[in-house]
Amino acid sequence: MSTSEIDRQWTTRLRRRVEGKLPPEKLLPDTQPTYVSSWIYVFGIATMCSLGVVIGTGCILALRGPQWWHGSDYGHFINSMHLWSVEIFFFCMVIHLWGKFAMAAWRGGRALTWMTGVVTFLVSIGAGFTGYVSQSNFDSQWISTQAKDGINSTGAGAYFNVLNMGQMLMWHIVLLPLGAIVLTGMHVLMVRIKGVVPPFEEEAETEVAQ
Amino acid sequence: MRKKSFRPDVDAPAWKGGYSPYDIIKEGTIALVVILVLTLIMAVVFGSPDEKAITVKTWSNADPIDFATTALSELNGTSVSAAYGAPYNNTPGASQTMGPLKLEQWVGVRIPINSAKDFVISPLKSLPDQPVLDQQLKTWSAASTATKNTWLKSYAKASTNMKIVKGQVVINATNAGPVPVMINDLTQMARSGALDQALVTGHGFYTTDYTKPLLFLADSQYLGDLAQKQHLTGEQWGMMNETGSYPGQAWLWLYTFWYQIPPFNSSSSGDALVFATMGVLSLLLLFVPFIPGLRSVPRKLKIYRLIWREHYREIEKV
Ligand code: HEM
Repeated sequence: MSTSEIDRQWTTRLRRRVEGKLPPEKLLPDTQPTYVSSWIYVFGIATMCSLGVVIGTGCILALRGPQWWHGSDYGHFINSMHLWSVEIFFFCMVIHLWGKFAMAAWRGGRALTWMTGVVTFLVSIGAGFTGYVSQSNFDSQWISTQAKDGINSTGAGAYFNVLNMGQMLMWHIVLLPLGAIVLTGMHVLMVRIKGVVPPFEEEAETEVAQ
Repeated sequence: MRKKSFRPDVDAPAWKGGYSPYDIIKEGTIALVVILVLTLIMAVVFGSPDEKAITVKTWSNADPIDFATTALSELNGTSVSAAYGAPYNNTPGASQTMGPLKLEQWVGVRIPINSAKDFVISPLKSLPDQPVLDQQLKTWSAASTATKNTWLKSYAKASTNMKIVKGQVVINATNAGPVPVMINDLTQMARSGALDQALVTGHGFYTTDYTKPLLFLADSQYLGDLAQKQHLTGEQWGMMNETGSYPGQAWLWLYTFWYQIPPFNSSSSGDALVFATMGVLSLLLLFVPFIPGLRSVPRKLKIYRLIWREHYREIEKV
């Protein structure tokens, strides 16, 4: 077997591409540039942690099936935790989003980090929405019958039927969480690969302006 | 040379400053504990709403006249779902459009709903041993469309004085053919709970699809009135609430906002317009890093000076 044959292998090429991109000291750094000292950095981690709590409480709800929490005090409490962790999740994510906007955190080759963030935001909205319509109570009756008009108006309602509780539940507990988790993973790995974006260099601007 | 081509909203300056210790695992653990405790506190203090679902049975017992009137609208095709258009049925001009994009119409009828048949006639036919009703249903199917329309018109005219006497729908209609029996029997069926079952088991024993009963319920006055009491309607920014004053999907504030202003709140394609607007805005957000002008906003806003104030203070010291 010649080396050129090995060189051409897909496996070899993929390995060479990713090699060295994420050494352990980048994945789990023990120092950060001095500018990483602001409350705003807390919100990315807080979003991740609240996503963890959302998924954890969702898994407990899944253990006993979709009707359990209507009739059990413990189940209802877990549902309350699920709801409030979702509210905290979105609160943190929105602050994180506008924080990253204010910092123009897409600079220096971080556009994909920004874009995976936006897609995660949209997928999370979908996950939240399908959760609301698969509650199997009065809220879900009202929300689904109202929301159908908006979704039907795009043509999507023909395939994504918000009145079909089984379909919505599947999206809510399988497809959309899977999307949110995979996207979050990519998002955070990209941040680790690129490092945290440095502040604007104000003198440099004046130099360019002259 | 390098400085000249440096684009401040696209490129990041290389960091030449110092580094400080940062325990990412410890910070993450602390954050997780804080979020968990916060969630527990909010769950204990506020709980969560779980208003029981209504059924066709509760609806028809709470407001039999509203039920009978809605049933009539399904039979004569005046209900919202009867004339909805795609994806439920073919109703010319009912579909929403986004300018030249007639997405709803192009997709076509994918979840066929025939209100008269699905909500009234088929459920009635499923009732066993009803000789009087069976006879009336035969008369109904044998009649011409013109005759049916005459019956429905007479019934609709008389229905303003509809009464419920001893649980029966009483109406003083002449020349209404089998309609009085059909509406009354459907009301009885609804009040017994049998209609709930008939509407969901259309697909067989196992089902998780509530399209039919939900569309039927949504045609009622009853559902809207209950929602109004719970601050859930569109004019009440309902999307952001849940039953019992719980926060709903607050992050949809911008989406709900459009429904409050023209042209969205007056257009017959309001939903489609709101969706198109949000679609465009989402794309703008997605592509901010590539849109000249938009991507310079943060640098001009100077909020970053607040975020990195320690860093800039250090620089000014030097
Ligand atoms: C599930 C949702 C999300 C999670 C869990 C998440 C998590 C994180 C974490 C842990 C970081 C690194 C720490 C930090 O800088 O805060 C980060 C960075 C970043 N996030 Fe997110 N994020 C999410 C959504 C978003 C959204 C919606 C956007 C914007 C539209 C966004 C844009 C960014 C950007 C541009 C960075 C790079 C920051 C830098 O280099 O300074 N993220 N994210």
